[in-house]
Amino acid sequence: MPRFSLHRFWAVVLKEFIQMMRDRVTFGIMVGIPLMQLLLFGFAINSDPKHLPTALRAADQGPFARSFVAALRQSDYFALVREPATDAEAQRLLQLGEVQFVVNIPEDFSRRLLRGERPTVLIEADASDPAATGPAVAAARTLAATVFDRDLRGPLARLRGQDGPVVFAVHAQYNPENITQYNIVPGLMGVVLTMTMVMITALAITRERERGTMENLLATPVRPIEVMLGKILPYIAVGYIQVTLILLAARFVFQVPMLGSVPLLYAVALLFIAANLAVGITFSTLAKNQLQAVQMAFFFFLPSILLSGFMFPFRGMPEWAQWLGSVLPNTHFLRIVRGILLKGNGPLEIAPEIWPLLLFLIVAMAIGVKRYRQTLD
Amino acid sequence: MSLLSSDLVIDVTGVTKRFGRKTVVNDVALQVRRGEIYGFLGPNGSGKTTFIRMLCGLLTPDAGSGTCLGHDVLTQQAVIKREVGYMTQKFSFYEDLSIRENLDFIARIYAVPDRAAAVQRSLEQLGLANRSRQLAGELSGGWKQRLALAACLIHSPKLLLLDEPTAGVDPKARRDFWDQIHRLAADGLTVLITTHYMDEAERCHRLAYLAYGNLLTHGTVDEVVARAGLTTWEVTGDNLPVLAASLRGRPGVEQVVPFGNTLHVTGRDAARLEAAVAPWRAAGGHRWTRIPAGLEDVFISLMETAKDNFA
Repeated sequence: MPRFSLHRFWAVVLKEFIQMMRDRVTFGIMVGIPLMQLLLFGFAINSDPKHLPTALRAADQGPFARSFVAALRQSDYFALVREPATDAEAQRLLQLGEVQFVVNIPEDFSRRLLRGERPTVLIEADASDPAATGPAVAAARTLAATVFDRDLRGPLARLRGQDGPVVFAVHAQYNPENITQYNIVPGLMGVVLTMTMVMITALAITRERERGTMENLLATPVRPIEVMLGKILPYIAVGYIQVTLILLAARFVFQVPMLGSVPLLYAVALLFIAANLAVGITFSTLAKNQLQAVQMAFFFFLPSILLSGFMFPFRGMPEWAQWLGSVLPNTHFLRIVRGILLKGNGPLEIAPEIWPLLLFLIVAMAIGVKRYRQTLD
Repeated sequence: MSLLSSDLVIDVTGVTKRFGRKTVVNDVALQVRRGEIYGFLGPNGSGKTTFIRMLCGLLTPDAGSGTCLGHDVLTQQAVIKREVGYMTQKFSFYEDLSIRENLDFIARIYAVPDRAAAVQRSLEQLGLANRSRQLAGELSGGWKQRLALAACLIHSPKLLLLDEPTAGVDPKARRDFWDQIHRLAADGLTVLITTHYMDEAERCHRLAYLAYGNLLTHGTVDEVVARAGLTTWEVTGDNLPVLAASLRGRPGVEQVVPFGNTLHVTGRDAARLEAAVAPWRAAGGHRWTRIPAGLEDVFISLMETAKDNFA
């Protein structure tokens, strides 16, 4: 009867260890991925984002208005970065995504407060990502109820009233019902494309090398750029099929509003798909075998989900993580998709997100072409 | 026959390639004439594949100069690639493409004129016209080799570089293959072929022998054998293994190799060899005959010498 042999078992263990240590890239990634996750989850990800950029439209400079603004400033949630001169400018800042909130203080705020007329403070919020706005709005409500406690003393104490001295109105724009799907479903487009496009092309050249067909290909007059573009083009078609499927599902299954131009979205998607394919091809020239290529693709995929603003509010992350996220094509594509679908953004509004994509594509392509060897040296 | 430079399809000197600190090809000079079948022999790891890869632009030589099809091997690799057909040692076409799709791909890469007709012609010559939709990965070794050869020929190259094309192919397919190579050479195609088989070496017009990166000898089969100056005794009789054991290591005896029911005893110095075997010849019991040295004896002798000099 065959028995378990410690010798044979140990022989296999030793062999696996040697092979594992010899494949440096795999080993590096096995150590690197947990470290990266720890850093990202531990430090970068914050589901209670603070210091959100806010525009202030203060038509009143009275004492109560000043106290209110000072209190906003002191809260951790609002960073008063702009003071637009007109309502139109304030709206534009909100649409471009430069600010998360616009706080409007009406003209005769202080006077009406003193008269007990309970003036209204209007906060307009970009709610396309509900996770980013929710906690801040809640904090502002508390603030409004207590901010004047110090000022309203003695005879003025009666103004505090039961409902507080001011009416606090929140106008959530772009996703007024705070429906999470509106944010997630368009975001999924970027995530799905990143995963599949990078993975599929990362295998492209590695497979040729592993199967020995690379030697044959190199012996022919074919040029590196011809090989790369030739490998990219078929997958662009695959990418468009994915975009179409996700858009159909968004429209008919999740009823995501589509305020902007869908053809514009298709046009921009080309840039994003190409950028991801270029990354994949570049990985493909770096990896020694198909397993390494898959691991590299995964290594790229992780920050594309966690740092792009897909899973967690981008503004909730510390600055270094935002910098890192800004390099990733998915970060910009998410803003473009959400901007077009939820805010109805046009070419002008998405322009600031186009050039980082273009730059990324050019750099990734250049590295790939440079790394692709025309000889076996 | 005078050697006009235009007759030389391959004309290189001083070709050297190092991988790290290891010199894989060392100062090799080679001249191959148009329409010639040139055999490239040598033990595994002798630098044959590396040398061929340098000829077709897959590797850049560290030193050396020369021309391949009249183009500079160092600077005009792109031009050379267009006119050379290279068949790799390992099957390197796409196993997940059909036979026709593979041929069509290669024909497109080389921009073969009238591609559809060229592919069809190639399929018919292969005898695969009715199986053209079969995946290349499903073919047996012999058929894969024929497909690879057909693909190498589809752009009508002027020079064919074949790296161990017949490894693992049965004798009948091997013979068919060589018949085709001779037909192609008769039409003016030049062929450089590496092999380990002695019968194939003898089918070449001329040979070169490479060991440890050094070109040890070259010429026709007869020239190579004559230059080696070996003396060989063929012995028949009983208890040959015992005889072989006692002969090995004697001064002047360099090789003692059993060939079926006979024993070949070979040495470079005829007189010393004769002295060494004299006691056994006198003892009787075996039949001793002088025979011409074989190509294999020559190569093994060269390899032994090379091991002492270079390894």
